Amino acid sequence: MLEVKDLHVQVDDKAILKGMNITVEPGEVHSIMGPNGSGKSTLAQVLAGRETYDVTGGEITFHGKDLLDLEPEERACEGIFLAFQYPVEIPGVANTYLLREALNAKREYREEKPLKHIEFAKLAREKMKVLGIDEDLLKRSVNAGFSGGEKKRNEIFQMQILEPSLAVLDETDSGLDIDALKIVADGVNSMRDSGRSFIVITHYQRLLNYIVPDYVHVMVDGKIVRSGGKELAQELEEKGYAEF
Amino acid sequence: MSVDLEKLAQEEYKYGFVTDVEQEIAPKGLNEDTIRMISSKKNEPQWLLEWRLGAYDRWKKMKEPRWAFLRYPKIDFNEISYYAAPKSNPRPKSLDEIDPEIKETYDKLGIPLEEQKMLAGVAVDAVFDSVSVFTTFKEKLAEEGVIFCSISEAVEEHPDLIRKYLGSVVPRGDNFYAALNSAVFTDGSFVYVPKGVRCPMELSTYFRINAENTGQFERTLIIADEGSYVSYLEGCTAPQRDENQLHAAVVELIAHDDATIKYSTIQNWYPGDKQGKGGIYNFVTKRGRCLGRSSRISWTQVETGSAITWKYPSCVLEGDDSVGEFYSVALTNRRQQADTGTKMVHVGKNTSSTIISKGISAGEGQNIYRGLVEIGKNAEKARNYTQCDSMLIGDRCGAHTFPYIEVKNSTAHMEHEASTSKIGEDQMFYCRQRGLSAEDAVSLIVNGFCKEVFKELPFEFAVEAEKLLSVSLEGSVG
Ligand SMILES: Nc1ncnc2c1ncn2[C@@H]1O[C@H](COP(=O)(O)OP(=O)(O)O)[C@@H](O)[C@H]1O
Ligand SMILES: [Mg+2]
Repeated sequence: MLEVKDLHVQVDDKAILKGMNITVEPGEVHSIMGPNGSGKSTLAQVLAGRETYDVTGGEITFHGKDLLDLEPEERACEGIFLAFQYPVEIPGVANTYLLREALNAKREYREEKPLKHIEFAKLAREKMKVLGIDEDLLKRSVNAGFSGGEKKRNEIFQMQILEPSLAVLDETDSGLDIDALKIVADGVNSMRDSGRSFIVITHYQRLLNYIVPDYVHVMVDGKIVRSGGKELAQELEEKGYAEF
Repeated sequence: MSVDLEKLAQEEYKYGFVTDVEQEIAPKGLNEDTIRMISSKKNEPQWLLEWRLGAYDRWKKMKEPRWAFLRYPKIDFNEISYYAAPKSNPRPKSLDEIDPEIKETYDKLGIPLEEQKMLAGVAVDAVFDSVSVFTTFKEKLAEEGVIFCSISEAVEEHPDLIRKYLGSVVPRGDNFYAALNSAVFTDGSFVYVPKGVRCPMELSTYFRINAENTGQFERTLIIADEGSYVSYLEGCTAPQRDENQLHAAVVELIAHDDATIKYSTIQNWYPGDKQGKGGIYNFVTKRGRCLGRSSRISWTQVETGSAITWKYPSCVLEGDDSVGEFYSVALTNRRQQADTGTKMVHVGKNTSSTIISKGISAGEGQNIYRGLVEIGKNAEKARNYTQCDSMLIGDRCGAHTFPYIEVKNSTAHMEHEASTSKIGEDQMFYCRQRGLSAEDAVSLIVNGFCKEVFKELPFEFAVEAEKLLSVSLEGSVG
């Protein structure tokens, strides 16, 4: 469903991705690991359509469409979801409000009727329960004053509501204690099915004990330098990235 | 595929139509005869005519203020007509007597004058150019002793109250535009809430400019007697024209002991086009006196219209323990300029004031906050909290803040917070990643930014204000 071919990306004339390749089929979970600054977040942001990054070469197709032709909101409506490494605060905008607008934008794109308040509230309550999120969190402004853990959990909550076909999780595990980590992993695992794919970006192998990937890729200096199965994560945990 | 935050599309101003009614329009020009004509049209007593002429004398000696951060060509006060009124029945007793064209105008503006069609619990005074054409729910309000009518009618029916209070908050020589207004004011609303009465409805005035080359000189006076409460809202729109039109208003509020006045404005005068052609020049003096102990005056304004806005709704906190509040959202898009803010003058002991100002600039808009907090020497333990936030959308617009503070009593407690931010590219991207269009994202973020002010508006109008803000922002991204 996703094919990234020889992707070159730069910011302010500085090359960050230098020939990145990855292919993700429906139902697969891919993990991308790599040292800080290797370009993992850059890949995530470029997939989502962030304009601060210049794509200078290569191509990305998603469900047969040229992804680089689409606006960020079109990509979202086509099924791409990014769980941000640093979720953004939006003061004064209720968490539920953004989410309902987002879901209805997506439904409108698919020519479905918007969800009514009560229907949405019911859906939200269901998902909240699973993730152990307080009702209170819904009424608060988007991410404003959330703890690190709350922010990450909120990203997963949004993912659950929006039901993307490709979810990119950018270091969703960082800053989580083990209980929160399990909740996040359960949230992801409960959504795994034959049509939905995940790219799980992480620094540590720990998360992959709970979200077991089909493939692990090592990214160094803007390129995938090695790919393998889930055992590769274990190997990296022991040896580190020094050999690359 | 890039979001150009600067690109401004020319969107439609929804209220830009003209009503085709036969109107009586005074010849252009300002002199004593103009004033006599207005005064006689309104059957005014001699003292009021003299009061007007006195104001005119002062005005002639005054200079147009130029200290504001506003740029506009010199206004030729002899090129304006000072009176325009529909020729039909000047003071209809019932709805059937109103010119159907005018009735339809208010329908189109979303302000149906039939009481049963109105928003439940809102009484309306409809001012069309220089005259009030109808006031709803007058009888119902009268049952509680509340007087709600046009100021012209009040001059005839309640002369004692007018004589006692007119000019008691904003003296006729207060400033250039107040003096002009005092000389030529035509209509506006009058409210009196008697002792101990909580006004049972929201009161509101809808100001409509229709006639060409005509100024609107609105005068509103609201008196809340001891222990009473009233919430009042004004709305304003005007046709879309290439020429600028002047609106110079004076609003006076008086709150006696333990009385509360909540005054809200949704100002949506025609803002002019993308090139800055046309639009209303809005020069307004609004002031309230918290005369009584524990009285309270709260100004809430949402300013999205006008080419030029010059407006500083203020509170003079005379009564001990009185409270003044100013909550403001001012949005300037295209070439709009707003120089707005407040004055909080603390005179009594234990007086407190709150100022929350949210300025949003888009396109080539200029947004200025100008505020004065003055703590008098007898104002023991006065408190002020000021928060002043600006948001910029694109990089051809501007925001400036001029906070002035004068403290003459050392027991005062002052807090001031200010921020200026560009609408966050990261916030925009976050919303768009979730599926919102760029335009919806801007509107969501800006509405969030204004939340603290919107929550001060009466509920029905808060929803309206959010919509209006979204419409006014249209074209601020492309
Ligand atoms: N917006 C940006 N502006 C400038 N440099 C950036 C920006 N984003 C990322 N970089 C640089 O690109 C490199 C890769 O960053 P990033 O993709 O965040 O790596 P990772 O997520 O693997 O830690 C780093 O050197 C970082 O400093
Ligand atoms: Mg990163």
